[in-house]
Amino acid sequence: MLGQIAYALPFLAEGFAVTLWVSLLVVVLSLVVGVVMGVGLVYGPAPLRWVVRIFSDTIRGIPILVLIFFVYYGLPAVGLRLESFWAAVLALTLFKTAQVIEYLRGAVGSIPKGQSEAAMAIGLTFRQRLTYVIFPQAFRRFLPPWINGVTDAVKGSALVSLLGITDLMQAINQVIGRTYEAMPLYILGALVYFAVNYALSLASRRLERRFSFIRE
Amino acid sequence: MGYALNFNLIWRHFDKLWGGLLLSLELAVISIVIGIVIGLLLAVWYVSAGRVVRTVIAAYVEFIRNVPLILLVYLVFYGLPTVIDVAYSASTSFVLTLSLYSGAYLVEVFRSGLEAVPRGQLDAGKAIGLTPWQRLLHVRLPTMLRITLPALSNTFISLFKDTSVASVISVPELTYGAQWINFNTFRIVEVYLVVTAMYLLTGYALLYALRLVERRFRAAH
Repeated sequence: MLGQIAYALPFLAEGFAVTLWVSLLVVVLSLVVGVVMGVGLVYGPAPLRWVVRIFSDTIRGIPILVLIFFVYYGLPAVGLRLESFWAAVLALTLFKTAQVIEYLRGAVGSIPKGQSEAAMAIGLTFRQRLTYVIFPQAFRRFLPPWINGVTDAVKGSALVSLLGITDLMQAINQVIGRTYEAMPLYILGALVYFAVNYALSLASRRLERRFSFIRE
Repeated sequence: MGYALNFNLIWRHFDKLWGGLLLSLELAVISIVIGIVIGLLLAVWYVSAGRVVRTVIAAYVEFIRNVPLILLVYLVFYGLPTVIDVAYSASTSFVLTLSLYSGAYLVEVFRSGLEAVPRGQLDAGKAIGLTPWQRLLHVRLPTMLRITLPALSNTFISLFKDTSVASVISVPELTYGAQWINFNTFRIVEVYLVVTAMYLLTGYALLYALRLVERRFRAAH
């Protein structure tokens, strides 16, 4: 049993690399898009705010699995060919973007209005107000929940196995298909996911404590 | 592009989606009921227990929270029966998984709720001569439930969405129904549009209903 699992380890490691790669892409892309859309939600004109609000509420209102299937099967149907890997990354990024939007709204919303007004009073432009006044303060509110939310990307990435992408989850299933050692392999997989996500949530908690001196 | 929407086949097979939606709700309801029992017992035990018990409960909570649900579903359905002699249907297996899953989230909810009950209420209970058991039952738990009601409804709504993962072990809930129609009629865009609408409407209807309940039982300040 152990011999078989040891034999499969390099294969599992490749799957794990795919899991990390998917998660990394999703986290980075969603951060960029989510921050831009989040600023749109907080400071944008009404129509833009509605669009972002509807986007975020819709995405957060449906299961990730439905989102993944919708993107994977739906895009080719309307003539957009996308490799399954990128379809998965796109779907997970949409899901994660909605989260980032809400983290950003929460973080920016927690900064007292006086800060913005003071910045305006000394004549800073909108961009300067964001980069010098609002973001540096909001960052401390944004970072802990965002890091904690990275675990959702890692956990969500396990669903890409359903599109035939050989991530850690799929690699485990394939090894089980050959060795019939279901329990040891699922536990091994669970421990790997746990190690990654637990490290992230510890980091989040530590940062939260570090930033806890900020009190209004 | 050139994709012409045609919902006829969706309506013809709508029973698959409607039945699926009802099953999703059923799975979520049963799981949260069991999850509440698990969560309550462990939370009450946690706040009064020594270090060892606390560590064990915390390990359960952290393990479940940091592992993908789909892996837990596979583990319980395909893994467990290979080591212990049990036989259960896919739905039972999923309910078991989702109960353990929600239980872990609810331990945290209830634990912080218990700790948020004002000290003065417990002292008042003591002052009028309630036994520790009576204080828990008549003072601490009711107040805690009021405090945790919003978190409880959020957990329920996210469990409702999580039932979609049951489709990977062929439990015929809503997402499974969507896939069935997807593969059998190829009205792909239509079926996912309808299913998205069904998840959204149900989710937001639940949210609205639960907010009304919360307003009724809002914790007094």
